[in-house]
Amino acid sequence: MSKDNKLSKIFLNGVITENPTFRLVLGTCPTMAVTTSALNGLGMGAAATFVLIGSNTVISLLRKFIPDRVRIPAFIVVICTFVTMIQLIMQAYLPSLYAALGIFIPLIVVNCIILARAEAFASKNPVLDSAVDGLGMGVGFTLALTLIGAVRELLGNGSIFGLDILGSSYQPMLLAVLASGGFLTFGLMLGVFNAIMNKIRLKRIREEAR
Amino acid sequence: MTLRLSTSPHLRSPQSSTRLMLNVIIALLPSAAFGVYNYGYKALMLILVSMLSAVVSEYLWQRLTNRPVRIKDCSALVTGMILALCVTPEAPWWMLVVGSAFAIIVVKELFGGIGDNFINPALAARAMLLASWPMVMTRHIDIDGVSSATPLAEGAQSQFSYLDLLIGRIPGVIGETCKLAIIVGIVYLIVSRTVTWRIPVFTILSAFVMAWIVGLDPVYHVLSGGIIFAAAFMANDYTTSPMTRGAQMVYASGIGIITIIIRKWGAYPEGATYAVLFMNLLTPLLDRYIPHRVYGHSKREAKN
Repeated sequence: MSKDNKLSKIFLNGVITENPTFRLVLGTCPTMAVTTSALNGLGMGAAATFVLIGSNTVISLLRKFIPDRVRIPAFIVVICTFVTMIQLIMQAYLPSLYAALGIFIPLIVVNCIILARAEAFASKNPVLDSAVDGLGMGVGFTLALTLIGAVRELLGNGSIFGLDILGSSYQPMLLAVLASGGFLTFGLMLGVFNAIMNKIRLKRIREEAR
Repeated sequence: MTLRLSTSPHLRSPQSSTRLMLNVIIALLPSAAFGVYNYGYKALMLILVSMLSAVVSEYLWQRLTNRPVRIKDCSALVTGMILALCVTPEAPWWMLVVGSAFAIIVVKELFGGIGDNFINPALAARAMLLASWPMVMTRHIDIDGVSSATPLAEGAQSQFSYLDLLIGRIPGVIGETCKLAIIVGIVYLIVSRTVTWRIPVFTILSAFVMAWIVGLDPVYHVLSGGIIFAAAFMANDYTTSPMTRGAQMVYASGIGIITIIIRKWGAYPEGATYAVLFMNLLTPLLDRYIPHRVYGHSKREAKN
């Protein structure tokens, strides 16, 4: 397998095959909390992507130095560094998004996707692979959050990314932007995503059998 | 002589799901008729739209997912009818379409269809509509067509006499206002052995006692709001209520008590919907932990 092929496989693994939201069901707390609009979902996803790439790269660089027994605290320190960076950057340049995401930016530290990738991938793989894994997982998370945010915003507000889509005669379905609507939307989209994945897998198995 | 081997069930009851569901529809007719009499053809249209869209959603979903189409068991008709009877006559028709599609597809079919849903579909849909469009869902009109507060709203409690509440001379939703019509329906259900008497009777009784304990007017509170309707047609849904006698009593008492707690201390004026949904969730637990005496065992043995 060529180098490029391997990297694209790692990337697609994060976006589709092991999509953190729809396949691994990790990081559901920010998924519920910030997806009341497509923009918030995108912002949260971008912040997490930045942290994922950074922490995966640094942890992969340090993987030979970090003693096994203290690896979790060491990972957390690395992750915290990047979270603090993104928090200060957002506060300086995107104050409205920073205000909308609130407590969930510092909470990226305990987002289990990031720790899971550090533990399961970055601590065992070379630097470039780890960075690409961080990017793939981040993009998968961002896509999922933006999609959920778009559906909830469309139903609960009649708009996507603030653009009015359904017109003024649409009576917004308040439930979609409440917490229970978040659970419903997330559950239904999880089901749809898995149904599509199963269809594709079945088709592939049938083709191979032929 | 031939020896016939067959799997259980060996005894079949002449009661079928379809027959039971038709009984429920018959029992709902007095309430529906009173709603139509009260609010005119608009109420009739809402009831029909809701029933139709429930059946159509079930048919489409089952076709779409390649499952056997089971609309003939009439359970979707019942769900649609109950949903329409517990919304305000002021609701726009599309809200009933959304509500009954939600009830059938999300609450019932996604969890396995008839017999496998864990909460009452019509009530879940009502809760969904109430959370989504609270302004529309709480707009009530009285029988003269003037919008006004429901008898449970603050400050409205002295306007109505017990007789008004009993015969439905009050603002409210389509099918819950006339308690007399609901009582006729539930008596029919009990006499035709469609449901047991335990759940409705214990629900109403516990609401009465609880209202009296917390210092509310028990007669007024039992006769107003949706508690009698919930006790008659929602609490004793087969799938979402417990099966053993003891569990049924605890379940029904829970509904009555929680309804009054929500009315007295909650943010909403009425709590029957949430009380039933809450006890629906406890049903599997009640069925498991409340001992049931197996035929042939003594009472002491059953406890162990």
